[in-house]
Order: sequence, then structure tokens, then C-alpha cells
Amino acid sequence: MKLLTHNFLTSNIIKGVKNGYPLSILPGKVEMKEVDFNPEFITRMLPKIEWSALQKAAKECGFEEGLPDTVGEEQLGDTDLLKRVHKALLEIEVVEGKLVCPESGREFPINNGIPNMLLNEDEV
Amino acid sequence: MSLTSLSHFPTPKISHLSTDDFKFIYEPAEDSFLLLDALEKDCVRIEKLRPCICLEVGCGSGICITFLATILKSWPSLYLCTDINHKATEIAQQTGRENGINIQPVTTDLVESLDVRLKGQVDILLFNPPYVVTPESEVGSKGIEAAWAGGERGRQVIDRFLTKVSDLLSEEGLFYMVVIKENIPEEIEQMMKKEGFDMETVLTRRSGPELLSILRFQRTQA
Ligand SMILES: C[S@@+](CC[C@H](N)C(=O)[O-])C[C@H]1O[C@@H](n2cnc3c(N)ncnc32)[C@H](O)[C@@H]1O
Repeated sequence: MKLLTHNFLTSNIIKGVKNGYPLSILPGKVEMKEVDFNPEFITRMLPKIEWSALQKAAKECGFEEGLPDTVGEEQLGDTDLLKRVHKALLEIEVVEGKLVCPESGREFPINNGIPNMLLNEDEV
Repeated sequence: MSLTSLSHFPTPKISHLSTDDFKFIYEPAEDSFLLLDALEKDCVRIEKLRPCICLEVGCGSGICITFLATILKSWPSLYLCTDINHKATEIAQQTGRENGINIQPVTTDLVESLDVRLKGQVDILLFNPPYVVTPESEVGSKGIEAAWAGGERGRQVIDRFLTKVSDLLSEEGLFYMVVIKENIPEEIEQMMKKEGFDMETVLTRRSGPELLSILRFQRTQA
């Protein structure tokens, strides 16, 4: 699971959970996988990203190469910054681990890089 | 980006899959291939959209989303896919890798856990649903039966999904869905019209007893 994907996941599907966002990551195995850098993709994706959720997720995965607290329009020309965002969004791979609902504590397994968000019938 | 309307796109390799895998997940069949043909036929339309986020629901082996990514190869996009069958999402990931494509699978029911954040963001949406007419009681498995069991008129899973399409699709977004005649496409057209969508039939083909069609939906343009 890339942090780009994580950025789009919520656990509000659980009965009684309001936002369920962002899910905490309990990393088991994290790998860095090189991905071709495409600045245009990053710039188009940025407006769709919840920045604070990405920052938090990157930290949880032990990625400390500072992402700034905000990214404004004027920074979109900063290739160095875009590369760091690229790395955080696309190169960090959570291979094994858990996602944790911030409200209920319900854990979702990540196996083989794939989050399993299925709930039991009594949870929905 | 160049338009590649004249080229033919290679069908994704699935030789990494064995007959054993197909005991657990849906083996690509005429319906899957008809969807690929429809995407190929529509490739200029799809490329023009310059999609940012693509999503396949019920990806099975992953052949359709992988093919979509092949069409858009020169265009970077996020390829998400879901399946209720965890074995399917695992295999879809492999299919992507075997074809040099990065797809991001999530095991979930339809688009649960993704729909809030994907609101209005999906540019290309694909669904080859369990469309076979079966007793209602056969619907709802998380195994291989989920691949085809559609309940009455084959519409149980289809109808549950159709209510979500309007929320997911971006302004210009395209939604492609496989149906058979028994699903009553004319009725689906009426349902989607109420949601503000136009329907077009991209391709139709008979395969044994099934009369398959690929439907394309897009918001009625003002
Ligand atoms: C007809 S198969 C299509 C598989 C693949 N897309 C293809 O074209 O070869 C339908 C797929 O939908 C999945 N499915 C059925 N119900 C689902 C649900 N509620 N949520 C997500 N996936 C579902 C099945 O597991 C199966 O993989």
C-alpha cells in the first residue's frame, strides 16, 4: 500500500464511527520502491491530497525527510519539494502492517501490500 | 501526449495465473474481453479526458484495470481497484506487476472506505459486476460465487452500486459497465437518467446463451 492510497481510505464504514480519518498506520514491514518521477502527476494529484494525513502517515512509516506543513501554489515549481512529495506518496510501500481506526481502534490488516477493509456483519 | 487511436494495445499477460487460481477467482472470459474491446474502441475519448484517478470495482484477476493503464501508458494516473474477494486483489496486484503496471488494490465491499475521499474524483470507473441471474440467497459470498451471483434479474449488486456512481464520478468522468440482456439495460438507462447520466451502448456481443453489452455512462452535458 502506497501512502497515496492510504490518503483515500477512511473507516467511517464502521457503525458509530463518524469520520474515521486518517487511519493510523502500524507498520510491520515497509519498503522503498523506486518509481519514475513525474512532476506533472504530483502537481495534478496534490490538490486531492489531505496534506496533514500524508505528513502523519509518512512519520508513522519512519520517513522523516521533512514534508513542510503546507504546500502552496507558489511551491509547485520547487522540484526538490515535488521529489520529496513523490517519494512520500509513491515510493513508500507498506507491505505488512495494520491500519487503525482513530475513533474505534478497530484494526484492518495489510497483507502483501493490500489493505483489507472488510467488516463483519455486526460492525456495519 | 500523443493520441494512439490507430495502434492496438496488447492484451495483458495472465500466464502467471494457473487453473488453481481460477478455483478462487474469476477467470477472464468473454465479458472481460468485451470490456477490453470497448475500452480500446473508446481509447481516444479516454485519453482526451487525461484521467487522474481510475477505479475498477470487482477487479478479479485485474485484467481490465491493467489494460486501461496500458492504454493510458503515456499518461500517469492512479489506478485503484477493489474486490470483495481478498484472493482477487492479491492476484490483481500480481497481474499489474507482470505487465509493468502499478495498480493499488483494496479488499472491500464495492467502494466502501474509499467513497468519502473519492467523492467527485473518479475520472474512469469500470465495473464488470456479478450479473448472472441466480437465487437471491447465492449473493453475498466473499469467494468465487461472488464473481457471478447477481440474484433476481442479476441486478442485486449492480443496483447497489448504481446509487454510488454519481457521487464518485468527476464532472466529465466515464463509467463503463458490463451487462447481459436479462439485467434489462433499458431500465438501468432510466434509473441513471434520474441521476443525471446519459447511457450509450459501446459494444454488444453474443457469447453462448449470454447477450453481453458494455454500457457507458456520462453526465448529461448542458
Ligand atoms: C464477473 S467478475 C469480473 C472480474 C474482472 N473484472 C473481469 O472482468 O474479468 C466480478 C467480480 O466482482 C467481484 N465482486 C462481487 N461482488 C462484489 C462486491 N460487493 N464488492 C467488490 N467486488 C465484488 C467478484 O469477486 C469478482 O471478482
